[in-house]
Amino acid sequence: MLRDRAAIVGIGETRFARRLEVSEKRLALEAILAALDDAGIAPSEVDGLASYTLESSDEVEIAKNLGLADVTFFSQVGWGGGAGPACVGQLAMAIATGQCRVGVAWRSRKRGSGGRPWAAAAPPPSVSGAWTRPFGLLRPADEIALLTRRYLHETGASREHLAHVAIAVRRMANRNPRAVMHDRTLSREEYLAARWISEPLCLFDNCLETDGALACVLVPAERARDCRQRPAYVHAFAQGLPRQSHAMVNYWCDDPLAGPSWACADLLYRHSEFQPADIPVAQLYDAFTPLVLLSLEGYRFCKRGEGAAFSEGGALELGGRLPVNTSGGGLSEAYVHGFNLINEGVRQMRGSSTSQVEGAGACLVSGGEGVPTSALILRR
Amino acid sequence: MAESWLLPVSGEDDGPFWEGARRGELCVQQCPATGRLLFPPRARSPWAPHLEPRWVGVSGRGSIWSFAVPHPPLLPPFAELAPYNVVVVALEEDPRVRLVGNLVSRPGGALNEVDPRSIEIGTRVRVRFERVSDAVHLPRWIADP
Repeated sequence: MLRDRAAIVGIGETRFARRLEVSEKRLALEAILAALDDAGIAPSEVDGLASYTLESSDEVEIAKNLGLADVTFFSQVGWGGGAGPACVGQLAMAIATGQCRVGVAWRSRKRGSGGRPWAAAAPPPSVSGAWTRPFGLLRPADEIALLTRRYLHETGASREHLAHVAIAVRRMANRNPRAVMHDRTLSREEYLAARWISEPLCLFDNCLETDGALACVLVPAERARDCRQRPAYVHAFAQGLPRQSHAMVNYWCDDPLAGPSWACADLLYRHSEFQPADIPVAQLYDAFTPLVLLSLEGYRFCKRGEGAAFSEGGALELGGRLPVNTSGGGLSEAYVHGFNLINEGVRQMRGSSTSQVEGAGACLVSGGEGVPTSALILRR
Repeated sequence: MAESWLLPVSGEDDGPFWEGARRGELCVQQCPATGRLLFPPRARSPWAPHLEPRWVGVSGRGSIWSFAVPHPPLLPPFAELAPYNVVVVALEEDPRVRLVGNLVSRPGGALNEVDPRSIEIGTRVRVRFERVSDAVHLPRWIADP
């Protein structure tokens, strides 16, 4: 079992903006160096790498630019936003089994200025695309809108519940100077008056479009105790590709509203001393507001169908039962395929978040709900 | 609408679906061991992976399981139609088998003719195929009171 045998001891990131002028490669290098500097570890010590299959800066580029050691473990994880926690988890496994000693995970993406993947004239052929695109189901927002409408129907929830998520996360961003939306408040009236993107999802149910990069550094627990930052231990890790599921267009399994988080959570909690009631803060993948409600259910913070009700009464805000996405998440800090959720989970374990949950001893970090996914429980 | 890159590319497992569509028949796969219907098409039945699924015709009746109404920004052929509807239809024979499509007011009707405010989950619908090219006839759905 992985439990606490590796820890994140460095985090780093670039500035976040709708448009940054430098390349994805240079952003990646900047974020990785910042993470290593934060850890007090030289690039020449790094011998493990993990990132996303969608990452444009490959291992060879990173290693030759930063003067890395002989790299003995390198891994890429698929499925976009489902991959983030798995990059960290796979590095932690590699460290725990002696396959590497200093691991770096990263994600660099110019999603703000680099174009929208769904608008590519020749999308990559996919089995599911043949059954959706000809009918005008084109964008991730449309795909998730169908699940959202069904969720509202089955649970009796309303757009007010989606607004709870958008507003709670925006308030986190308003306290975080790094967040793209730091200076922009969001009221319930503004939310309800916003333009539609794909009914029932409005503008504020959708994540930002951001240029930026982030990275983190992992070492064995024995070394972590001597590093300059308080370690965030990788306490538990799991991936989840549930039976018969399809990525994003998950309408063809028996129960589409019990998504990948359900399969992931079973193993995660089996390996964790912390159960949902013991976890005081979470970073839940928020490319769209309804994914947070589905993840609350999948990761067992409430029962099936009760995610919307859970969000009432400020439960997701600082001071509530489960503050989520305390840096502003993908909705209001930056959308970099969820990697900012990982770094923010580390800050919560260090006690250095701008929306710190006092005394938080564990934090759950999830990958994308709706794609084959992954999750971490970090502990202090 | 007939931008070729938005039309389905027939894969190695789905030929009989499109052949059925050209005849005006909705066809899905069936597990030869369990009799369960199977969609989207695949090479093997997940409930009997040593066996190839067989193709069967179904009634073409179902009910709306969910729907969305996309607004711009969208790709050109759909931007002109927006706001339009996209529905997921659960088949009468097995509601766990669902197809993505569009609700139209009449055979050949446009994707934006039905008032989105009139669409409801649970509405009974029936398939009608629309020819968009010689090879591709797309399933559309009309209310089936």
